[in-house]
Formats: sequence, C-alpha cells, structure tokens
Amino acid sequence: MLRPRRTRPNYTPYLLLLPGLAWLVVFFVVPTLSLASQSLQTGNVETGYALTWHFQTYVDALSQFWPHFTRSIFFAGTATVLTLLLAYPLAYFIAQKVGRWKNFLLVLVIAPFFTSFLIRTLAWQTILTDNGPVAGLARSTHFTDLLQWVHLTNNDSLMNSRFAVICGLTYNFLPFMILPLYANLERLDHSLIEAAGDLYATPIKTFWKVTWPLSLPGVVGGTLLTFIPAAGDFINSRLLGNTQTVMIGQVIDSEFLRVQDYSTAAALSFVLMFIIVVIVAVYVRRAGTEELL
Amino acid sequence: MRWIRAHLVAIAGLLVMAYLLLPNIVVIVFSFNKPNGNYNYQWQRFSVDAWTNPCGTPGICDSLGLSLRIGFIATLVSTILGTMVAFAVGRHRFRGRSSTNLLIFLPMATPEVVMGSSLLTLFIAMGIAPGTITILIAHILFCLSFVVVTVKSRIASLDPRLEQAAADLFANPFQAFVRVTLPLVAPGIAAGALLAFSLSFDDYIITNFNASPSSVTFPMFVWGAAQRGTPVQINVIGTVMFLSALVLVAAGQLISNRRARAAA
Amino acid sequence: MTEKTSGDLRLTGVTKTYDGFTAVDQLDLVIPRGSFFALLGPSGCGKTTTLRMVAGLDQPTIGQIWIGDRDITGTKAYQRNVNTVFQSYALFPHLSIIDNVAFGLRRRKISDHKAKAMEALELVQLAHIAKKKPGQLSGGMQQRVALARAIVNRPDVLLLDEPLGALDLKLRRQMQIELKMIQSEVGLTFVHVTHDQEEAMTMADTIAVMNSGRLEQVGDPATLYEHPKSTFVANFLGQSNLLEATVKSRAGSIAELDVHGVNLRLPVDRLANGTSAVWLGVRPEKLRLVAPGSTHDQTGDGNRLTGVVADASFTGLATNYLVRLPWGQELMVVQQNDGTPRVTAGTQVTLGWAPEHGFALDANQDAHAGAQDQADDSGAA
Repeated sequence: MLRPRRTRPNYTPYLLLLPGLAWLVVFFVVPTLSLASQSLQTGNVETGYALTWHFQTYVDALSQFWPHFTRSIFFAGTATVLTLLLAYPLAYFIAQKVGRWKNFLLVLVIAPFFTSFLIRTLAWQTILTDNGPVAGLARSTHFTDLLQWVHLTNNDSLMNSRFAVICGLTYNFLPFMILPLYANLERLDHSLIEAAGDLYATPIKTFWKVTWPLSLPGVVGGTLLTFIPAAGDFINSRLLGNTQTVMIGQVIDSEFLRVQDYSTAAALSFVLMFIIVVIVAVYVRRAGTEELL
Repeated sequence: MRWIRAHLVAIAGLLVMAYLLLPNIVVIVFSFNKPNGNYNYQWQRFSVDAWTNPCGTPGICDSLGLSLRIGFIATLVSTILGTMVAFAVGRHRFRGRSSTNLLIFLPMATPEVVMGSSLLTLFIAMGIAPGTITILIAHILFCLSFVVVTVKSRIASLDPRLEQAAADLFANPFQAFVRVTLPLVAPGIAAGALLAFSLSFDDYIITNFNASPSSVTFPMFVWGAAQRGTPVQINVIGTVMFLSALVLVAAGQLISNRRARAAA
Repeated sequence: MTEKTSGDLRLTGVTKTYDGFTAVDQLDLVIPRGSFFALLGPSGCGKTTTLRMVAGLDQPTIGQIWIGDRDITGTKAYQRNVNTVFQSYALFPHLSIIDNVAFGLRRRKISDHKAKAMEALELVQLAHIAKKKPGQLSGGMQQRVALARAIVNRPDVLLLDEPLGALDLKLRRQMQIELKMIQSEVGLTFVHVTHDQEEAMTMADTIAVMNSGRLEQVGDPATLYEHPKSTFVANFLGQSNLLEATVKSRAGSIAELDVHGVNLRLPVDRLANGTSAVWLGVRPEKLRLVAPGSTHDQTGDGNRLTGVVADASFTGLATNYLVRLPWGQELMVVQQNDGTPRVTAGTQVTLGWAPEHGFALDANQDAHAGAQDQADDSGAA
C-alpha cells in the first residue's frame, strides 16, 4: 500500500523528433560524410571514383588555393567587423532611443532581408558605377585616393574592386547582425546605465563598462551569423569583384560544376569547414558564451 | 556641435538605415528606367514599360512561379517538421538532447557551398538526377534548422504554469495543447514559416548545385541575367517583392502588437 | 468524465522525494469537507508540494490521497474534481475573461457554461469586464478572475496557492475577508497555502503548521496560538518569549519553576510529564509593564520579573517594548495603546503576567525554530 510508484517512460519526444531528425541525418549528416569520403577518392566523372584514401588531394588543393582561403577569411573578417560597427549604433538606436517608432524601424530593417539579395547586390553595381553620383562624390573628396592607397580599389574604379566586395558583404549581412544585437539591447535595463552615471561614469566609460559587456551575447550571435556565411560566400565577389578577388566559395563552385574535379572540391569544402569551426570555437571560448545555443 | 554630440547615436543609426535601404531604393527607381543597352546601370529616361509588361523577358515569370511553388512546399514541410522538433527539444528532457541541439545548429553553421556540394554528391551517388525534387529536398533541409530555432525560442518564453492550469481545469494533454499551447506558440510558428519562405525563395547557391537546366528558379534566372544582361523586369519584380515584404511584416507587427497589448 | 466524489480530503503517509531530498515526509492529514483549511509554513516546508500533489500536478512517491472513500492518488490532474487558484493566477492570455472562467466547464461539456461563468463573475463582482483580456486587468482583478475560474466548477476541494501574495496590504486584507465570505456562501472545501501566519489565522477554521516536510501541529487558530506544542509553532505564529526554566516542584495544580533564580509559576496541566528542563513561554501581549511608582499595577500575585527598557517603539495601535532582564535576555512586550502611560528607554520596570498565560515546551527544542527574523534573537536566551 505504501509502495513507491513507477512512472512510464515518455516516448513523445522521440516520436516528435523522428521525421525532422531523420531528414537532417539523411540529407545533412550522410552527405557530409559522403563529401568526406569523396575528398579522399580519385578518378573523374567519366571513369568513376574509387576510395583510395588519397590525402595528397588535400595537399595539392591547399597549395594551389591557399591565397583564396586567406582572402576569404580576410574579406569575411573585415566585413564582420564593419557590419558590427554599423549595426551596433542602429540596433542601439532602435532599442533604446525611439520609443513608439521602434516597430516601424524594425520593419524597415527586416523588409529588405526578404527581398531577393541577388537583385539588391546587383543594385550595388548601379550604385558604385563609375559615372554615378557616389563615385563622383568619392573622387571629389579623395576618398577614392585613400582607398587606392590601401589597395582596395580597381585602379580608379570603385566597382569591380575589393572595396565593392567588402561593401556588398557588409551590406548583405547587416540584418543578421542587427537582429541579434537588437534582441539583446532591447532587454537592457536602462536603469543600469543611469546607475553608472550616478556613480560618476562618463558616457564612454558607461558604454565600455556596462553596455558593451552586457551586449556580448548579442555581439557573439551576430558575428557568428555574419562571419560563417560570409566566409563561404561568392556571389558578392562574383558580381562586384574581379579576378583578383576570387573567394574560396567561387573556387569550390567552379571545381564542382565546371572543372568537375569532385575530389578537390570536396577537399576544399572540408578545409573551409574546418577553418570555420576552429575560428568559431576559439572565438566562442574567448568570448565566454559557449551556451549560445 | 553640441546637438550633434547629443544625438550621435541617432545620426549614426539613421545613416546606417540609409545604407541599408539604398539598394532597395535604387532597385525601385531603376524599375522605371529604360536603358539603352542590355544592362541597367545608367539612368537613361523614365518609362513604365517594364511595369506594363512584367513578364516580357522570356523565362522570368516561369522562374518566379517555380520559386513560389518550391517556396510554398518547402515552407510547409520544414515548418511542420521543425515545429515538431522544436517541441521535442524545448519541452522534454531526454537523452541526447544536447547532441540534437548541436545537430540542429550545424546546418546553420555550414557554408552554403559546402551544403550544396555535399548534397550534390549524395544525389549523384544515389543516382537521383538534379531537378525540382532535389531542389525541394535541399530547401527543406536548410529551412529546418531556422524554423526549429525560431519556434524553440517562442516555446521557451511560454509560461509552463498555463498548461498546468489547463490540466487543473480538466483539459487532457491533447486539449491543453490545442486550446492553450498552440495558440500561444502560433506567432513563433508563423515567424518561422516566414523565415523559411524567404530563405527558400532567395536561395541561389544551394539551389544552383542541385538544379538542372529545366528547373530554373528566380534567383537562378537573375544570376543568369546578370551575366547576359539585366532586364528592367527584374527590378519590377524586386520592387514588388520589397513592397509585399513591407506589407507582410508590417501586418505581422500590427497583429503581434494587438496581441501584446491584450496580454500586457 | 470525473465522478462526483465528496467527503473529507485525506492524505495517508504521503511522501515526496526528489533525488534524495525529502520535500514531504509521511504526511497524515484529514481536511474536513466544507472547512476553510490553511497549510501554513515558511518557504521550503513542503506546503506547495503537498498542494500540487492534491491537485494532481505532482505524484506522491509514497502514500495515498483520498476524497471521501475514493482513492484519487493515481489519477491525473484533469481527471480530478480539484481546482487550483495559482499564485501567478495563470490566466490564459489569449482568451477573454469569460472564456477563461468557462474553460473548465467547457472541457466537462457543461451546456450552459456561459451563464454559469457569468454567475461566478458576479460572485467576485467582475461581471462588467467579462469581455476583456487578462492583460488589461490589475493584479487584484486577475486574482478574482482566477478564483471565479476555479469556483465555477464547484470542485470537491478548492486549492489556493498563496493567492494574495502579490497584492498590496489593503487589498490583501480586503480579499481575505471576501474569500472567507465566498467560502461560507458556496460551502466548498478550501485549502489555502500561505506563509503568512496572520493571514492563516484570519481566514482558516483549521491550520496545519508544516516545517521541513512534516506537520508540526494541527488545530484551530486559537488553540495553536495559546497552546503551541513546539518552539517552531510558538515562534512562527505570532511571537513568543522563551525563558530557560527548571521545574522545582509540582504541588497540586501549580508548578514552581526556577528561571535564573527567580521563582515563576505555571499551571501543572500545561507542563508535560517527567520534564524538568523546559522553555517557559509567554506571549508579548500577555506581559504587563509596570513603571515604578505607577498606580496601574494589575499583576496581583502573578509572575514578576524586573528589567530595564532597552527599546520602545510606538506603532499607533500599541507600543512595542524590549525589556532587558538582569541575565541579558531581552523580552518582547506589546502594550496596547489603552491609555497606560508609555515608558521610555532606560527606565527600570516590572513585568507581570498571570501564570495561566504561560506555556511550557521541551527544553531540547531549538528556541529559535520558526522565528521569522533570525537576526532578531530577542525572545529566547
């Protein structure tokens, strides 16, 4: 009569998970493993492939394409930093300073995200074109000269240059940075900032010591959401760049679809993934917010 | 000078806003352009030709139709699967929960080239020819994780005591779910679906890997056009997309505002 | 769907353990049908856990719960004829007030749920806001809606989980009276969980004091107050002064006790058999403060102690004194504001009380158990 009671095991979560997880396993895990295997095979499209554990593919691929890797990391990193610098004030502005207009501005931020980014990136071609007003303004303020001095332009032109690629990357990933930052800053308790002021902190000090540390989870989230896709992107460099700005994403794409050297392409893909995972792991560890997810 | 310093954040914010919206404005403006050549970079003169004949360029409306169809189906499937996963992970404790979370996160962290190419490898190995079906499979895949994350965060903000109250008031688990949980999670599911649709509609890289010449989606069409010559119709469709997005998101905000006011 | 059971609520041997921690330990309790019953105790004592087990939201590890002669232990929450008023109200934000109140009726497929729901809203005087949403109401109104939502189902037992905690003082007092009136009007069994001893004493017919998962004492408020059986109850309900005492003799009906050299008396029937070391307890309001030279000395031949006033606080209703005795202990005295002249700090005074107002507790109990403010150790040596 006074026995402890047993509870029946709960099968619900497993049933709910099944279809979604199955999809992920079949169409993500398996292909990734397949890609790994592909990177170690030799052969070609006509004669078929065989798993020969040919690690040399990695060596060859890296030695041929390491400039593209470093370039991609550089572009992605620069774009991420710029995106952060641009997104932060906007996110802060909307979160803390606009009151009733908050939702309207948020709509304006989100809406471009839902329209075809190819079209918008093409628009950048129009914006930066040599005969356009932007280029004219840049030239007259010697901004172009400054950029040329740091090798970001293509001779005289803003278009088809590193500058344009970075512009495009920064632009395309702005919403990915703004939204996590906004979500974080919106929950920031304004009385903390007032308390800092009460304790003699200048606005700059307040920002560094109070606002910035508290917004770090948003910063980390935003930078991850920006850097990871940016590193593998190639549309911006294709549309806005030149032969000197080829990113690793383009290389992988062409190796797969044009050269059809699947092994090299697979090897490059894995190296890219590995680099990204390492960078993310180090970054997240340093930022101290491991349990983002 | 004083005024600038005091309003520094506002000025910076608005400048960034302008940067964000500039391309959209260019797209809208240039939809009214009548270029001389194939490319739509220079303003020539005002014309509504493209607006009166939006499907004028061959293939553009077919590709639009395909993208909409794929978007709709991919959204439907990924939203259903993703919501189920979100509930499993967000509501229950089970072994392997953190591994599942990791598995859900990985596709979001994988560069699109890698995902697209690995799927292509799979399809080749399985002997499935690239085409609409493979595009659909790929879209469902990458939308899934985003739906899960979106719905999961909505579930996390749900007060578990509401479901206890429902049980206390004679609702069995099914009734509690339908009458209490689902209505309260619905905004999150809607947001997830919206996100899925836009990701699917806008995707180029992964689609390109898994498509065939006969299955041209709208982004693929735009890409091809960028090489050959950009018809003004692209701008027209871009403008329509932007305005519909504005309306849709604004409507969503209004609805959630009304609900927030009621629940505040 | 749920059978109508009626009868007393009985808990037999109810125990709840989590990972080695025992939240509720072998609870045996009978709650008579139709009574207003309070489960009183500090946070962590297990009262909310007990409530949840009665509601069916948690299952006891061991033990059974009965309503009348029906064992409801294994049943789920939605199968029981028990409803809860949650501490956070838990009103469904997406439903209107009337739909909230009618929720339980509709699950039970009661046909005139709209009319019954309106009736319940009228009982709590909120019929006029039936169409609004919970988010538009104040805390007090939400609390009444939560009450209506539970009452409308006429459950066998109505559980209230600290429902008045979030209200301000005046509103709380008002709601205490209202709840009591509604309970006697509707005649349901109310089980009210609270940590506020004043609230429990105001509202309940019977109080069960819980401490660390166990029952300390069960009884009506007056009995618990005047005849506490443990230092915990003595300190938790109101305040007590506890004096270290040894029993010197029991002659006839009066026992003589020695407290630091002073001879004090206590009726023998308030003393447990065989004990010689006890805490002699007396409530602050039973102590009469007599200043030297005063003509108000009414202590007669009762107990007497002399001391010095260490603190005097005027609260309007009364004056609270702390009187330091020669051995350092400070006693709390509450002198009602009845015209007796007030005494200032530093004055030498005599404290007196009638022997039958004292009580005795076993000396091996912790004199600080149940004291609400642990930092304030006046009241016990």
